[in-house]
Amino acid sequence: MLNNSLTLENISKRFASRPGSTTQLQVLDNIQLDIAPGEFISIVGASGCGKSTLLRLILGLDEEYDGRILLNGKPIDGTGLERGIVFQDHRLFPWLNVEQNVAVALKNSPLSAKEKRDTVREHIELVGLQDFIDAYPHQISGGMAQRVAIARGLVNRPSVLLLDEPLGALDALTRARLQGELQNIWAKEKITMILVTHDVDEAVFLGDRVVVMQPNPGRIRRILDIDLPRPRNRSDSRFIALRDDVLSDFAELH
Amino acid sequence: MSSALAISHGSSRRYRGWVLPISAVALWWLASHMGWSQSGLLVSPEKVAATAWDQIASGKFWRAISASLARNLSGFFIGTTLGLVLGCLLGLSHYFERLVGPSFNTFKQISLFAWIPLISVWFGLGDVAKVVFLSLAALVPVVVNTCDGLRNVPPNLLEVARVYRFSRWQTIVGVMLPAALPSIFTGLYLALVYSWLATIGAEYLLVSGEGIGNTLIDGSEHFMMDLVLFGMVVIGLVGWSLNALARIFERRMQRLYGIDPR
Repeated sequence: MLNNSLTLENISKRFASRPGSTTQLQVLDNIQLDIAPGEFISIVGASGCGKSTLLRLILGLDEEYDGRILLNGKPIDGTGLERGIVFQDHRLFPWLNVEQNVAVALKNSPLSAKEKRDTVREHIELVGLQDFIDAYPHQISGGMAQRVAIARGLVNRPSVLLLDEPLGALDALTRARLQGELQNIWAKEKITMILVTHDVDEAVFLGDRVVVMQPNPGRIRRILDIDLPRPRNRSDSRFIALRDDVLSDFAELH
Repeated sequence: MSSALAISHGSSRRYRGWVLPISAVALWWLASHMGWSQSGLLVSPEKVAATAWDQIASGKFWRAISASLARNLSGFFIGTTLGLVLGCLLGLSHYFERLVGPSFNTFKQISLFAWIPLISVWFGLGDVAKVVFLSLAALVPVVVNTCDGLRNVPPNLLEVARVYRFSRWQTIVGVMLPAALPSIFTGLYLALVYSWLATIGAEYLLVSGEGIGNTLIDGSEHFMMDLVLFGMVVIGLVGWSLNALARIFERRMQRLYGIDPR
């Protein structure tokens, strides 16, 4: 039985401040986090706190760091199909239609052609785009393109889905709707999700725990348990209290 | 009434491009018929039309144009094929780029016409020499644009390929080439335009055999301005058609890539 827990052990990351320079910029300092299987983790922080860098490390796009990232007890090695991602910009291939774009994720999957086709269709239905299966990215709205990206991130049935400010570029109405959908998808798929966002409201609405990060160097300020029943109600007084609590962290920083 | 007006308004926009050439021909007709010039070198539009008819009916025109187009297309295909190979190697391999890049960059600075003396000595004045010259004309824009297109693939899309564990080959075929396609197409488009310009240049400078450029030379040597003008009109029309053909492909490509055609 896989348990698919994700462990971040003493993660530190430095960049040379300029290429070739010996001056180092500490981007992440000793990040420790244990993430249970199926947990929804929200990471919030001001820009420059290293939250997106942390996500890139977990994804395996950047392999130069100190510390260990363990998935299911084993250190990760580069990118892997068991870790999906939804970027802030949808990053769909403009020359492929919706169906083909989702299928990109299955290029190196062991499934048969028929299984691939079926699971692609299933995930397009999951994000409600079955009527746009043949549309090209430029023919659909930003919100729809981001749903396609979510379907592409999920279609491999990863054990961890990383969300790098996936709703950050959308208008408020679309964002609120997709937050609701994201929560439903998470409840249905029962996978671990790690959401990086600068929107405190979004972090509290979606997270089982909210990790607050602070910059210079990027580190965890504190971790809050969001012990509210789902689906959550934004006008619930407990929701408001938790949100204000997180917001107060940012007030102190400025 | 109003609908008729609307139609005539729409079509007047559409045909606006004809105003200048028709006025020019009208002025030309006036000039030749009012005796504004006594020179025998100013021929009338009717004379040119008669020569055109004679050229077409006698089959001389078809021989010339087919010789020119055959040359143009062979040069275009050889040049673009080599250009695509070289452009892909330069764009995909850092090793090859370090090895060949500086030489190619020097090579492309040499004016196309500076090759003529060398080509005429090596390959003579016949078809081989002309096709070599045309291939060179087509090669350079294809190499430059193919290489640029492959170099400028958005890094964001390359990261997607890494996330889904694409092999090097899958990344080239599935991401880099499609992303570079609009740029590669620009290269092909330029090659088509340049190779037609170079066809006439080659026929003019490497004088031997048939072709529309040779029609021009004949006309000019015998002071037959009607023949010269006929040749120029043909060259213009062929160039325009090749351009239009390339534009149709370009529009299709842009639609596929979601770039709004103007």
